[in-house]
Amino acid sequence: MRRRARPPAEPDYLDGVRAAAPIGIAAFAFGVSFGVLARSAGMGRLAPVVMSLTTFAGSAQFAAASILAAGGGVAAAVAAAVLLNLRYGPMGLSAAATLEGPWWLRALTAQLVVDESWAIAQRDDGRIDRRLLVGAGLLLAVGWVGGTAVGVLAGNLVADPASLGLDAAFPALFLALLAGQLGPRETQTTEGWTGSERPTLVERGASWIRGRSRLLAAVGGALIAFALMPVAGPGVPIIAASLACLVGARRS
Amino acid sequence: MTAVWVTVAVVGLATMAIKAAGTLLVAGRALPPRAQAALEHLAPALLAALVVSQALGGSGGGFAIDARLAGLAAAAVALVFRAPLLLVIAVAAATAAAVRALA
Repeated sequence: MRRRARPPAEPDYLDGVRAAAPIGIAAFAFGVSFGVLARSAGMGRLAPVVMSLTTFAGSAQFAAASILAAGGGVAAAVAAAVLLNLRYGPMGLSAAATLEGPWWLRALTAQLVVDESWAIAQRDDGRIDRRLLVGAGLLLAVGWVGGTAVGVLAGNLVADPASLGLDAAFPALFLALLAGQLGPRETQTTEGWTGSERPTLVERGASWIRGRSRLLAAVGGALIAFALMPVAGPGVPIIAASLACLVGARRS
Repeated sequence: MTAVWVTVAVVGLATMAIKAAGTLLVAGRALPPRAQAALEHLAPALLAALVVSQALGGSGGGFAIDARLAGLAAAAVALVFRAPLLLVIAVAAATAAAVRALA
Protein backbone atom coordinates (compact mmCIF):
# COMPACT_ATOMS: atom_id res chain seq x y z
CA MET A 1 0.00 0.00 0.00
CA ARG A 2 1.32 3.46 -0.90
CA ARG A 3 1.57 5.98 1.87
CA ARG A 4 1.34 9.70 1.34
CA ALA A 5 3.98 12.06 2.63
CA ARG A 6 1.22 14.56 3.39
CA PRO A 7 0.64 14.94 7.14
CA PRO A 8 -2.71 13.60 8.38
CA ALA A 9 -3.76 17.11 9.42
CA GLU A 10 -4.37 17.98 5.74
CA PRO A 11 -6.71 15.40 4.26
CA ASP A 12 -8.00 15.68 0.69
CA TYR A 13 -11.26 14.72 -1.02
CA LEU A 14 -10.06 11.18 -1.72
CA ASP A 15 -9.38 10.65 2.00
CA GLY A 16 -13.05 11.45 2.60
CA VAL A 17 -14.10 8.96 -0.10
CA ARG A 18 -11.82 6.33 1.39
CA ALA A 19 -13.02 6.92 4.96
CA ALA A 20 -16.66 6.63 3.86
CA ALA A 21 -16.16 3.53 1.68
CA PRO A 22 -17.10 0.88 4.30
CA ILE A 23 -20.25 2.72 5.37
CA GLY A 24 -20.98 3.52 1.71
CA ILE A 25 -21.66 -0.18 1.15
CA ALA A 26 -24.27 -0.09 3.92
CA ALA A 27 -25.72 3.15 2.51
CA PHE A 28 -26.09 1.47 -0.90
CA ALA A 29 -27.81 -1.57 0.64
CA PHE A 30 -30.24 0.63 2.56
CA GLY A 31 -30.80 2.73 -0.55
CA VAL A 32 -31.92 -0.49 -2.24
CA SER A 33 -34.29 -1.30 0.60
CA PHE A 34 -35.67 2.25 0.54
CA GLY A 35 -36.32 1.83 -3.18
CA VAL A 36 -38.14 -1.45 -2.55
CA LEU A 37 -40.21 0.02 0.30
CA ALA A 38 -41.06 3.19 -1.65
CA ARG A 39 -42.09 1.18 -4.70
CA SER A 40 -44.38 -1.02 -2.62
CA ALA A 41 -45.73 2.12 -0.92
CA GLY A 42 -47.03 3.23 -4.31
CA MET A 43 -44.44 5.96 -4.89
CA GLY A 44 -43.61 4.74 -8.38
CA ARG A 45 -40.13 4.58 -9.85
CA LEU A 46 -39.05 8.19 -10.29
CA ALA A 47 -40.26 9.84 -7.07
CA PRO A 48 -38.13 7.67 -4.72
CA VAL A 49 -34.98 8.47 -6.71
CA VAL A 50 -35.80 12.18 -6.76
CA MET A 51 -36.40 12.02 -3.02
CA SER A 52 -33.04 10.33 -2.38
CA LEU A 53 -31.33 13.01 -4.47
CA THR A 54 -33.05 16.00 -2.82
CA THR A 55 -33.74 14.87 0.74
CA PHE A 56 -30.67 12.60 1.02
CA ALA A 57 -31.42 11.47 4.58
CA GLY A 58 -32.28 7.85 5.12
CA SER A 59 -34.36 7.86 8.29
CA ALA A 60 -36.62 10.71 7.13
CA GLN A 61 -37.25 9.04 3.77
CA PHE A 62 -38.08 5.69 5.37
CA ALA A 63 -40.46 7.44 7.77
CA ALA A 64 -42.22 9.40 5.00
CA ALA A 65 -42.57 6.34 2.75
CA SER A 66 -43.90 4.17 5.60
CA ILE A 67 -46.48 6.78 6.58
CA LEU A 68 -47.65 7.18 2.96
CA ALA A 69 -47.84 3.39 2.62
CA ALA A 70 -49.96 3.16 5.78
CA GLY A 71 -52.31 5.84 4.42
CA GLY A 72 -51.19 8.39 6.98
CA GLY A 73 -51.44 11.33 4.60
CA VAL A 74 -49.08 13.99 3.28
CA ALA A 75 -49.09 16.22 6.37
CA ALA A 76 -48.10 13.38 8.73
CA ALA A 77 -45.39 12.15 6.32
CA VAL A 78 -43.93 15.64 5.93
CA ALA A 79 -44.05 16.38 9.67
CA ALA A 80 -42.27 13.14 10.58
CA ALA A 81 -39.58 13.63 7.94
CA VAL A 82 -38.93 17.27 8.82
CA LEU A 83 -38.74 16.45 12.53
CA LEU A 84 -36.20 13.72 11.80
CA ASN A 85 -34.12 16.15 9.72
CA LEU A 86 -34.11 19.04 12.21
CA ARG A 87 -30.79 17.71 13.58
CA TYR A 88 -29.19 18.95 10.36
CA GLY A 89 -29.75 22.47 11.69
CA PRO A 90 -27.07 22.29 14.40
CA MET A 91 -24.93 20.00 12.22
CA GLY A 92 -25.07 22.52 9.38
CA LEU A 93 -24.21 25.32 11.78
CA SER A 94 -21.14 23.43 13.02
CA ALA A 95 -20.06 22.89 9.39
CA ALA A 96 -20.70 26.54 8.46
CA ALA A 97 -17.27 27.82 9.49
CA THR A 98 -15.50 25.46 7.10
CA LEU A 99 -17.53 26.08 3.93
CA GLU A 100 -16.09 28.47 1.35
CA GLY A 101 -17.19 30.40 -1.71
CA PRO A 102 -20.37 32.23 -2.78
CA TRP A 103 -23.64 31.59 -0.94
CA TRP A 104 -25.03 29.14 -3.49
CA LEU A 105 -21.88 27.01 -3.42
CA ARG A 106 -21.93 26.92 0.40
CA ALA A 107 -25.64 26.04 0.38
CA LEU A 108 -24.94 23.29 -2.17
CA THR A 109 -21.98 21.89 -0.22
CA ALA A 110 -24.08 21.89 2.95
CA GLN A 111 -26.43 19.42 1.22
CA LEU A 112 -23.65 16.81 1.57
CA VAL A 113 -24.07 16.91 5.35
CA VAL A 114 -25.58 13.62 6.52
CA ASP A 115 -24.92 11.89 9.84
CA GLU A 116 -22.12 9.74 8.43
CA SER A 117 -20.28 12.37 6.34
CA TRP A 118 -20.54 14.92 9.16
CA ALA A 119 -19.18 12.38 11.65
CA ILE A 120 -16.31 11.33 9.38
CA ALA A 121 -15.35 14.96 8.70
CA GLN A 122 -14.78 15.77 12.41
CA ARG A 123 -11.27 17.02 13.07
CA ASP A 124 -9.41 16.61 16.32
CA ASP A 125 -9.85 20.30 17.16
CA GLY A 126 -13.64 19.93 17.15
CA ARG A 127 -14.14 21.54 13.75
CA ILE A 128 -15.23 20.07 10.43
CA ASP A 129 -12.88 19.34 7.53
CA ARG A 130 -14.50 20.53 4.30
CA ARG A 131 -12.61 18.13 2.02
CA LEU A 132 -13.44 15.09 4.14
CA LEU A 133 -17.07 16.24 4.27
CA VAL A 134 -17.29 16.64 0.48
CA GLY A 135 -15.47 13.38 -0.31
CA ALA A 136 -17.48 11.32 2.17
CA GLY A 137 -20.75 13.08 1.31
CA LEU A 138 -20.36 12.52 -2.45
CA LEU A 139 -19.59 8.82 -2.01
CA LEU A 140 -22.57 8.37 0.31
CA ALA A 141 -24.81 10.27 -2.13
CA VAL A 142 -23.75 8.03 -5.02
CA GLY A 143 -24.34 4.93 -2.87
CA TRP A 144 -27.70 6.14 -1.55
CA VAL A 145 -29.16 7.42 -4.84
CA GLY A 146 -27.68 4.51 -6.83
CA GLY A 147 -29.04 2.05 -4.29
CA THR A 148 -32.49 3.64 -4.50
CA ALA A 149 -32.45 3.35 -8.29
CA VAL A 150 -31.45 -0.33 -8.06
CA GLY A 151 -34.17 -0.87 -5.45
CA VAL A 152 -37.03 0.58 -7.51
CA LEU A 153 -35.89 -1.23 -10.67
CA ALA A 154 -34.68 -4.62 -9.42
CA GLY A 155 -35.26 -4.69 -5.68
CA ASN A 156 -36.10 -8.35 -5.43
CA LEU A 157 -32.67 -9.36 -6.68
CA VAL A 158 -30.85 -7.91 -3.66
CA ALA A 159 -30.63 -9.42 -0.17
CA ASP A 160 -32.25 -7.75 2.83
CA PRO A 161 -29.56 -5.54 4.42
CA ALA A 162 -30.60 -6.63 7.92
CA SER A 163 -29.82 -10.27 7.11
CA LEU A 164 -26.30 -9.10 6.23
CA GLY A 165 -26.07 -7.27 9.56
CA LEU A 166 -25.66 -3.94 7.78
CA ASP A 167 -28.02 -2.16 10.18
CA ALA A 168 -25.39 -2.79 12.86
CA ALA A 169 -22.80 -0.98 10.72
CA PHE A 170 -24.25 2.46 11.53
CA PRO A 171 -24.07 2.37 15.37
CA ALA A 172 -20.62 0.77 15.00
CA LEU A 173 -19.43 3.65 12.81
CA PHE A 174 -20.77 6.26 15.22
CA LEU A 175 -19.23 4.44 18.21
CA ALA A 176 -15.84 4.26 16.49
CA LEU A 177 -15.94 7.97 15.63
CA LEU A 178 -17.10 8.80 19.16
CA ALA A 179 -14.17 6.83 20.59
CA GLY A 180 -11.88 8.94 18.39
CA GLN A 181 -13.50 12.11 19.77
CA LEU A 182 -12.87 11.03 23.35
CA GLY A 183 -9.37 9.61 22.80
CA PRO A 184 -6.08 11.45 23.28
CA ARG A 185 -5.99 14.71 21.35
CA GLU A 186 -2.90 14.13 19.23
CA THR A 187 -2.89 17.45 17.41
CA GLN A 188 -3.06 19.31 20.68
CA THR A 189 -0.03 17.47 21.97
CA THR A 190 2.04 17.97 18.84
CA GLU A 191 0.97 21.52 18.02
CA GLY A 192 0.65 23.00 21.47
CA TRP A 193 3.50 21.32 23.29
CA THR A 194 6.31 21.22 20.73
CA GLY A 195 10.04 21.20 21.34
CA SER A 196 11.52 21.19 24.78
CA GLU A 197 8.58 23.06 26.33
CA ARG A 198 6.96 20.92 28.98
CA PRO A 199 3.28 21.50 29.66
CA THR A 200 2.69 23.39 32.88
CA LEU A 201 0.28 22.06 35.45
CA VAL A 202 -2.28 24.65 34.30
CA GLU A 203 -1.98 23.52 30.70
CA ARG A 204 -2.36 19.91 31.70
CA GLY A 205 -5.35 20.78 33.83
CA ALA A 206 -6.99 22.74 31.01
CA SER A 207 -6.39 19.84 28.64
CA TRP A 208 -7.88 17.39 31.13
CA ILE A 209 -10.99 19.54 31.56
CA ARG A 210 -11.31 19.84 27.79
CA GLY A 211 -11.15 16.06 27.45
CA ARG A 212 -13.66 15.62 30.23
CA SER A 213 -16.09 18.17 28.82
CA ARG A 214 -16.31 16.12 25.62
CA LEU A 215 -17.01 13.03 27.70
CA LEU A 216 -19.68 14.98 29.58
CA ALA A 217 -21.26 16.04 26.29
CA ALA A 218 -21.26 12.41 25.09
CA VAL A 219 -22.79 11.05 28.29
CA GLY A 220 -25.35 13.85 28.29
CA GLY A 221 -26.29 13.24 24.65
CA ALA A 222 -26.66 9.50 25.20
CA LEU A 223 -28.77 9.98 28.34
CA ILE A 224 -31.07 12.55 26.72
CA ALA A 225 -31.62 10.29 23.70
CA PHE A 226 -32.19 7.23 25.90
CA ALA A 227 -34.65 9.04 28.16
CA LEU A 228 -36.70 10.53 25.33
CA MET A 229 -36.81 7.56 22.94
CA PRO A 230 -39.71 5.75 24.68
CA VAL A 231 -41.81 8.90 25.06
CA ALA A 232 -41.01 11.26 22.17
CA GLY A 233 -41.55 10.73 18.45
CA PRO A 234 -38.65 9.72 16.19
CA GLY A 235 -36.26 12.61 15.62
CA VAL A 236 -37.00 14.42 18.87
CA PRO A 237 -34.44 12.47 21.00
CA ILE A 238 -31.59 13.32 18.62
CA ILE A 239 -32.41 17.01 18.28
CA ALA A 240 -32.80 17.27 22.07
CA ALA A 241 -29.48 15.45 22.59
CA SER A 242 -27.70 18.20 20.65
CA LEU A 243 -28.37 20.46 23.66
CA ALA A 244 -25.73 18.45 25.55
CA CYS A 245 -23.11 20.38 23.57
CA LEU A 246 -23.86 23.34 25.85
CA VAL A 247 -21.61 21.79 28.52
CA GLY A 248 -18.80 23.08 26.29
CA ALA A 249 -20.02 26.66 26.39
CA ARG A 250 -18.23 27.51 29.61
CA ARG A 251 -15.97 30.53 29.81
CA SER A 252 -12.41 29.49 29.05
CA MET B 1 -49.60 9.96 -7.06
CA THR B 2 -49.94 13.71 -6.47
CA ALA B 3 -49.67 13.14 -2.73
CA VAL B 4 -46.38 11.35 -3.33
CA TRP B 5 -44.90 14.21 -5.34
CA VAL B 6 -46.13 16.84 -2.87
CA THR B 7 -44.45 14.88 -0.06
CA VAL B 8 -41.24 14.48 -2.06
CA ALA B 9 -41.15 18.19 -2.95
CA VAL B 10 -41.98 19.57 0.50
CA VAL B 11 -39.66 17.21 2.41
CA GLY B 12 -36.87 17.82 -0.12
CA LEU B 13 -37.16 21.63 0.01
CA ALA B 14 -37.47 21.67 3.81
CA THR B 15 -34.43 19.42 4.26
CA MET B 16 -32.33 21.47 1.84
CA ALA B 17 -33.32 24.64 3.69
CA ILE B 18 -32.46 23.11 7.10
CA LYS B 19 -29.05 21.94 5.85
CA ALA B 20 -28.21 25.26 4.21
CA ALA B 21 -29.53 27.46 7.06
CA GLY B 22 -26.33 27.30 9.12
CA THR B 23 -23.95 28.45 6.43
CA LEU B 24 -26.36 31.06 5.02
CA LEU B 25 -27.05 32.60 8.44
CA VAL B 26 -23.45 32.60 9.62
CA ALA B 27 -22.11 33.63 6.18
CA GLY B 28 -18.43 33.49 7.02
CA ARG B 29 -18.69 35.54 10.21
CA ALA B 30 -16.90 34.17 13.24
CA LEU B 31 -19.25 32.89 15.91
CA PRO B 32 -18.95 34.15 19.50
CA PRO B 33 -16.27 32.10 21.31
CA ARG B 34 -18.73 30.44 23.66
CA ALA B 35 -21.01 29.41 20.80
CA GLN B 36 -17.99 28.06 18.95
CA ALA B 37 -16.90 26.14 22.05
CA ALA B 38 -20.37 24.65 22.39
CA LEU B 39 -20.43 23.62 18.71
CA GLU B 40 -17.11 21.84 19.22
CA HIS B 41 -18.97 19.63 21.70
CA LEU B 42 -21.77 18.87 19.26
CA ALA B 43 -19.91 15.89 17.78
CA PRO B 44 -19.57 13.84 21.00
CA ALA B 45 -23.14 14.73 22.06
CA LEU B 46 -24.75 13.80 18.74
CA LEU B 47 -22.50 10.79 18.06
CA ALA B 48 -23.42 9.30 21.44
CA ALA B 49 -27.11 9.97 20.76
CA LEU B 50 -26.80 8.38 17.31
CA VAL B 51 -25.16 5.28 18.80
CA VAL B 52 -28.10 4.92 21.20
CA SER B 53 -30.81 5.58 18.61
CA GLN B 54 -29.24 3.46 15.85
CA ALA B 55 -28.53 0.51 18.16
CA LEU B 56 -31.77 0.56 20.18
CA GLY B 57 -34.35 2.44 18.13
CA GLY B 58 -37.46 0.69 16.85
CA SER B 59 -38.79 1.44 13.37
CA GLY B 60 -41.79 3.40 14.67
CA GLY B 61 -40.09 4.96 17.71
CA GLY B 62 -39.37 3.48 21.12
CA PHE B 63 -36.86 0.70 21.75
CA ALA B 64 -36.22 -2.51 19.82
CA ILE B 65 -33.63 -4.92 21.18
CA ASP B 66 -32.19 -7.12 18.42
CA ALA B 67 -28.96 -8.35 16.83
CA ARG B 68 -27.72 -4.78 16.34
CA LEU B 69 -26.82 -4.73 20.05
CA ALA B 70 -24.58 -7.81 19.63
CA GLY B 71 -22.97 -6.12 16.63
CA LEU B 72 -22.34 -2.97 18.66
CA ALA B 73 -20.80 -4.97 21.52
CA ALA B 74 -18.48 -6.70 19.04
CA ALA B 75 -17.54 -3.30 17.60
CA ALA B 76 -16.71 -2.06 21.11
CA VAL B 77 -14.40 -5.05 21.64
CA ALA B 78 -12.72 -4.37 18.27
CA LEU B 79 -12.24 -0.73 19.32
CA VAL B 80 -10.60 -1.77 22.58
CA PHE B 81 -8.09 -3.71 20.47
CA ARG B 82 -7.58 -0.58 18.34
CA ALA B 83 -8.90 -2.17 15.17
CA PRO B 84 -9.15 0.11 12.11
CA LEU B 85 -12.56 1.57 11.21
CA LEU B 86 -13.19 -0.86 8.34
CA LEU B 87 -12.60 -3.84 10.62
CA VAL B 88 -14.80 -2.37 13.38
CA ILE B 89 -17.70 -1.99 10.94
CA ALA B 90 -17.12 -5.42 9.38
CA VAL B 91 -17.01 -7.11 12.80
CA ALA B 92 -20.28 -5.39 13.81
CA ALA B 93 -22.08 -6.41 10.62
CA ALA B 94 -20.75 -9.99 10.68
CA THR B 95 -21.73 -10.44 14.33
CA ALA B 96 -25.25 -9.10 13.78
CA ALA B 97 -25.65 -11.27 10.68
CA ALA B 98 -24.42 -14.36 12.57
CA VAL B 99 -26.78 -13.72 15.50
CA ARG B 100 -29.72 -13.34 13.08
CA ALA B 101 -28.75 -16.49 11.18
CA LEU B 102 -28.56 -18.50 14.41
CA ALA B 103 -31.69 -17.08 16.01
